[in-house]
Parts: sequence; structure tokens; C-alpha cells
Amino acid sequence: MMGRWTRLWIAAGLMALSGASHAVLTIEITRGAETGQPIAIVPFKFDGKGAPPQVVSDVIGADLTRSGRFEVLPAKDYVSRPHEDKDVVFKDWRILKAEALVIGGVRALGNKQYQVQFRLYDVFKETQLAGYRYTVSESMLRTVAHQIADIIHEKLTGEPGAFNTRIAYVTQDGTARTGTHKLQIADSDGFNPITVVSSREPLMSPAWSPDGQQLAYVSFEQKRSKVYLQNVIDGRRELVAEFSGINSAPAWSPDGKQLALTLSKDGNAEIYVLTLRSRALRRITNDPAIDTEPAWSPDGRTLVFTSDRAGRPQLYRVSADGGRATRLTFEGEYNARASYAPDGRSLTLVSAYRNQFRIATLRLDSGALQVLTDTTLDESPSFAPNGRMILYATEVRGRGVLASISAEGRTRQLYRFEQGDVREPAWSPYNRELQQAPGGAKE
Amino acid sequence: MKFRMLWIGLAVAGLGLAGCATTDKKEGEGAGAGAETSGAGGPGGAGGAAVGAGARADLLAKRVVYFDFDSTTIDDESRSIIEAHAAYLAANPALKVRLSGHCDERGTREYNLALGERRAQSVEKLVRVLGVAASRVSNVSYGEEKPVCAEHNESCWRQNRRVEISY
Repeated sequence: MMGRWTRLWIAAGLMALSGASHAVLTIEITRGAETGQPIAIVPFKFDGKGAPPQVVSDVIGADLTRSGRFEVLPAKDYVSRPHEDKDVVFKDWRILKAEALVIGGVRALGNKQYQVQFRLYDVFKETQLAGYRYTVSESMLRTVAHQIADIIHEKLTGEPGAFNTRIAYVTQDGTARTGTHKLQIADSDGFNPITVVSSREPLMSPAWSPDGQQLAYVSFEQKRSKVYLQNVIDGRRELVAEFSGINSAPAWSPDGKQLALTLSKDGNAEIYVLTLRSRALRRITNDPAIDTEPAWSPDGRTLVFTSDRAGRPQLYRVSADGGRATRLTFEGEYNARASYAPDGRSLTLVSAYRNQFRIATLRLDSGALQVLTDTTLDESPSFAPNGRMILYATEVRGRGVLASISAEGRTRQLYRFEQGDVREPAWSPYNRELQQAPGGAKE
Repeated sequence: MKFRMLWIGLAVAGLGLAGCATTDKKEGEGAGAGAETSGAGGPGGAGGAAVGAGARADLLAKRVVYFDFDSTTIDDESRSIIEAHAAYLAANPALKVRLSGHCDERGTREYNLALGERRAQSVEKLVRVLGVAASRVSNVSYGEEKPVCAEHNESCWRQNRRVEISY
């Protein structure tokens, strides 16, 4: 497996370019032998004084590379560097075997306002595929870049991109016993982190509501596990589960009205569904084994969960109304913490063989299990809302870090933080608010 | 029968005091536990426990029991430790005991939270069988969230798969 991989080190990359001292630096991309669609992105022209506040074209290139579906051709090889439609010479790009070309620019309008414009071309057909102009404040420049990357992804692959989304994760500074635990959210590339909660006690299991406005999570701030919901926009929060025993593993139903949970109030860990408005609680499992880590199918009818009822942890599926559970996984010693792909046809999960914990996908029609990673302490996988990438936690040189892998396992990228351990990432759903904010106009 | 149980309890109570006083300094584990314990001992120990007195004190000095990976089975050594604490608690009815279950970092976090609870419950069951009233025992699970050792190797993992006994 390793032989097929080539390693590209991109050191001192985005951080230096962005100039921002934010917590995240993406440093390493591991890529399979097959490459993605070749695309040229001409570094955007900046029309204004000083250095451009955010290098929009670099953010676009990093997004497209991370998806595993594109090979961004190095700018040093470009024969010409057009910024305007009239300057594009398609022959220059056919020489490089670029199939698509992106040009554009950023213009300072004063008052920290900027105009961003871009055009996407099909090099062989010599046609423009997309072109938009946006007027935004400085703080929205990265958001616009992610939005442009989403448009390029959709025009070239036929599937929506998921760059203009967010991730939630847990960080820990210092030791588990004396350090600080934080629940944070950031852009999908790890930039612009915001702390949602900070605690001296552990935080666990962040889960996005389907509208992307709330997080459910577990906090030990009252010296044992309790489940909270918190609005990420105004910070309001409520305690929704403080039963005796453990209160764990919250998962939102696709309509956002119910929360699946693990509670041990009746003696051992079982799956329950809590209706948020009425606070009615419905018990789903009833087995002396551990039942936990519920995940909803996208149609809301089914729950997949982890149980050790057969001895070791394996995945099971049960109706969201309860009833008899059927076992889903048979390969490997330990299969746990599943979550559904957005199309409902596969799961991503943690799969262990000889105590090597790796990220895998399971096809629900065939039962085929595909292990995607080759590290040993991988956990907490979740799909991007377009189903093309999986975000998970791993360990590098003794530290917890986040990583993403393309869903077919071809491209892996590490998100490296400046300090502390980072873990339990959860990819947000599409965020309508973020998508609409900049309001582009067609070019 | 009743008389005999009480007699053992008293003997252990006296020894328990000595044990705790020395160990809490050493381990720094479960801060405050030592302070609560001393002074709550009741009437001092009888001479009848001369056999194995040192061993019993050693057992009471241990406030952590360890487990195998993904296991909640209490081994013989842990059983002796738990028996010693149960006897001490039987002799000190004012004390309440808290059992906190922990796991190593391998495996998923939410599963480990349930596993840590099951470890604490298996110790709780034994403590209750040994005569400590349910109302005096509580358990909490921290899963893999509070390791005592942060390295990624078996010697560390072994230390993290544990139930801490505090009273």
C-alpha cells in the first residue's frame, strides 16, 4: 500500500501567505499515484496598496488539491499570466495539459471592502464555464475563496463542493487532568477558529444540527458526562441530558427534531431517542452489552450503532422506532463509531485489526469494507456534506491532529495546530447562511 | 456470623488508617481522599490481624485497579485490593466511596466512555457483594478522557485502563 503513495511536503505554506497567526497550518499532502484533473490557477492580480490581505487564489488551489480530484499545476510553469478574459490564450494552457483554467483578481475599494472576480474556462472547448464578481469585507475574503472553489468543483465534476463549510473539533492544552479543553469551530480548511466552549474538564462528541446552527456535545464540567446543545451564532445553550450514569454520543435526526443518545440510566449503556420539543424519551436498544454511538440514516428511518453484544464492538442497524437489530460488520476485530455518507449508501467507521485503528468505509449494499488509512490511532470520522471527503482524528509524533482523506482514499491531508491535541472533528452540513453571504454577480 | 464480620472489619479499620497515611503522600492520587479518611477511622485495630497485617495495609494503600484491553474482568490482585477496601468501608459506615472508570486511548471515545462505566460497575458490584450498601457507592466514567500517562505504548495504556477508588 505505501509503495503507491508519494509524499509532497508543503512546508511553511498557507500560514505565511495568509499572514494570520491563526491556529492551523496545513502541512502535508499524501497523494496516490493516480492524479486528479489538471487545472491551472493563475495567481490573482491584486489591485491596491501593500500586500493583498488574503491570497484568494492560494485558498482556492489548496481547497481543490485537498479534495483529491484536482491536480493544481505549479504556477512557475505558466507561459502566460492573464487576469482578464481578453488576455487568455488557450494554446498556452493546452501545452501544460491543463484541462481547466482559473483567472481573476482582487481590487481594494477602500474601507476594508474588496471586489473579487474570477472566471473558469474549459481549455479544450475554449469556453467560459463560470464567472462571478463579489464585493465583500476583508473578513469574508476566505469565505469567497471557498465559495469560488465550490463553484469550480461543481462545474468540473458535476457535484457540489463542500469547501464553504465549517468543522467543529475539541482541543486540549496541557495534560488531560490539568489542561484546558475547548470546543472550537473553524472554516473547512481549519482557518478562522472560534472557541464555542472552554472548560477545565473534558469535552466530547460534538455533533452539528442539520441547519448548521447548533452543536450538541458532552461536557464533564459538572464532574460527569452531560449532554448540552449550544447555538454557535449567539452562544445560547441548554442542558438536555443529565440522567444518572453516562449521557453520551448525541446525534441529530435529519429533521433536527430528535436527538439519539447513549444513556445508562437504566443500568447499562443503551440507545435512546429524545424528542427535543416534548422531551419525550424513547428507548431503542435493550441488551446487557454496551450499545452506543448512534448515527441516523439520511432518511431518518434507521439508526446504526456500536455494540459488543457478540463479544467485540461491531456495527448494528435498527429501525429508529426500535425493534430487532441486525449486525452489519463481520470483518475485523473492532468496528465502531459509524456515520452515514450523505447519499445513505455507505458508512465511514473506525475499523481495527490487530489493534491498528483505522478509518474505513462500509458499502451497505454489498457489505464491502474498505480501509482507507494506514496509521494506527485513527478515530472520529465524518463525511463532508458532499460525501467526497472524510475528516478524522489521528496521531502524529505523539500529538492529536486532524486529517482529511478523499472518500476513495486517494489524497490525505493533515491539519496541524500550533499546540496541544486536536481531536473529534465533525464536518458541518452545508451552511446556507455562509453560502449566501457574499452574494456574487455573474461576470 | 455477624460477630465475625464485625471483628474483621474493626481489625482492618485500624490498619487502614496507617496504610492511607503513608500512601496518599506517595501517590498524590485522588487528592483529598487521605484527609477525609484520617479521623474517620473509629476504634483502633485489634491485635487479631497480626497475620498478614502488612499485606493488608499494602492492599489498602492501593487505590487503583487495572484491566486488560477492552476488558472489565477483575483479576486476583485487583480482587484482593477491592476486598481490603470493602472491609475497611464496612468498618467505617460514614464513608462513601466513588469509583471512577477509565480506558486507554485505543478504540473509540464514546465506546470507551461506556467501557469505563462498565469497569466501575464491575468494581461496584464486588464492593456491594462484600457488604457495602448501594447508597454509599457511586460511579463515574471518564472513558479515555483523563489518562494518567500520555504516551502511546502498552506500559502507558496499562496505567490508563483503571478504576480509581476514592473515599
